[in-house]
Amino acid sequence: MGTSFSIPNSQFSIQANSLTKWYGKEKAVAVNEVSFKVENGEIFGLIGPDGAGKTSIFRMLTTLLLPDGGSASVSGFDVVKDYKQIRNTVGYMPGKFSLYPDLSVEENLHFFATVFNTTIETNYHLIKDIYVQIEPFKTRRAGKLSGGMKQKLALCCALIHKPTVLFLDEPTTGVDPVSRKEFWEMLKRLKKEGITILVATPYMDEANLCDRIALLQSGKVLTINSPATISASFPHPILKVKANKMSTVIKSLASLQGVISCHGFGEYAHVVVEKENDKIIDSIKEHLVAQKLQGIEVQKSEPTIEDVFISFSRNGISQ
Amino acid sequence: MKTYLFHFHEMESANSNILSIQTEKLTKRFGDFTAVNAITLDVKKGEIFGFLGANGAGKTTAMRMLCGLSTPTAGKAVIAGYDVYKGTEQIKKRIGYMSQKFSLYEDLTILENVSFFGGIYGMSSAQLKSKSEALITQLGLENETKKLVGSLPLGWKQKLAFSVAVLHQPEIVFLDEPTGGVDPVTRRQFWDLIYDASDAGITVFVTTHYLDEAEYCNRISIMVDGSIAALDTPSNLKKKFSTESMDDVFYELARGAKRSGD
Repeated sequence: MGTSFSIPNSQFSIQANSLTKWYGKEKAVAVNEVSFKVENGEIFGLIGPDGAGKTSIFRMLTTLLLPDGGSASVSGFDVVKDYKQIRNTVGYMPGKFSLYPDLSVEENLHFFATVFNTTIETNYHLIKDIYVQIEPFKTRRAGKLSGGMKQKLALCCALIHKPTVLFLDEPTTGVDPVSRKEFWEMLKRLKKEGITILVATPYMDEANLCDRIALLQSGKVLTINSPATISASFPHPILKVKANKMSTVIKSLASLQGVISCHGFGEYAHVVVEKENDKIIDSIKEHLVAQKLQGIEVQKSEPTIEDVFISFSRNGISQ
Repeated sequence: MKTYLFHFHEMESANSNILSIQTEKLTKRFGDFTAVNAITLDVKKGEIFGFLGANGAGKTTAMRMLCGLSTPTAGKAVIAGYDVYKGTEQIKKRIGYMSQKFSLYEDLTILENVSFFGGIYGMSSAQLKSKSEALITQLGLENETKKLVGSLPLGWKQKLAFSVAVLHQPEIVFLDEPTGGVDPVTRRQFWDLIYDASDAGITVFVTTHYLDEAEYCNRISIMVDGSIAALDTPSNLKKKFSTESMDDVFYELARGAKRSGD
């Protein structure tokens, strides 16, 4: 096992070293030599779509699944040898609702506090902001809660023993934009308490709310850095283009000379061009006029994480 | 007999004189809880209509009424020309439906799923043959037809589920968060399929939590606590709220919501 993790490293809460996992007889690779380090107190995002390997990474780091290759440590403890210590110190909120449906809100919380040898009162300050929102329903069975309330209860249960590292596997999938925003504000408050957070999400816009991110696809790390650095590393200029019929804009510009790719980004299409100059702008405008489009706008635009992700996918790393 | 609630005189395109969905003060109560509170909207044939709202706003309940799966407590609705109280069976034949959760049978192959759903919608075997061939070609799945659907990546499953939902050429297709968790490239390919369906005259009624996708709709409504708080084109809504971003519009409307959860 390459690097030794026997000496707890104080700077990093999580270290993954060529972590690998395969499944089934065909040994389909779910996680393919994934390496990353999460500093103490960081919000680190694993960003990638379904099938990227996010959940398998979470399960290996929380000691619920044994790696088939590589090594990893959490709070200086090895995920294989020191699994007991890890289980005592981390909080884990799985993507799938995993609380006891037949216990009430209050009973679930009490149960998790007791399992970790603590009380609700001891760490109430950590969960107060979240718990007050579900407190009116504290006698309701967890299985009868709405999706949003289940999510809040699960977070409370993951926090009640004041974990040093919090693992959140797709906490916002299927959650509406307002609740997602509130959830991220909550994570920022937990960060202030000194809790390290590893969070997985398929929403590219949430990447910008992390200190650093790893972009993942099909079990592989595409890149790791701060969101701003990753966006800035985009190798080509981007123009944003708008006209009255966007489906025509997107279809027709993709094959225009000097254009590398064209994708819808909400109101505008992002047109990735080889060189940004008046010539290409004129050429795009002429092309759209020839398609009988109106209300044509062409402007310079900044790349986003989603532009970077799409560009990686287009270059053949995708499935 | 087809019935229409209202008469419309404005015509923007060839299709716009026909309404696929008309509701007037459509309401659903569960006990003393009003899940859907007097919603009024109409959707034109071939239109892409975005049905937005926070979790718990009442979208799913409203959609279930529009599909003929849940009887309204009050109000009127005509879907694909049929009344939601009396014509539920006719409505079901004329619509397609897909959601993020239940899409297709994972233990059947691609072709078996296509035949199964085509059969349910009463397509003849000749129709089924030509339609399923076209579907497979459109999705580029020629070499995968004998694969179990369960083995496909989520993005492919969702594209396939959509194509199956429109196989019988329904008048309206209802899509409930069809792109959740799907990768950015496939999400855009999915919208290409939506545009194609709309161009072919199929009305698209779609819910999403991706606000960039709201921009791809002709018009959107935003539900808050069971009522429709706003209904317009994306650009008009942004003008109304003096903002450049749909996020701001949504946040402005939905943050006052009193209900939460599903």
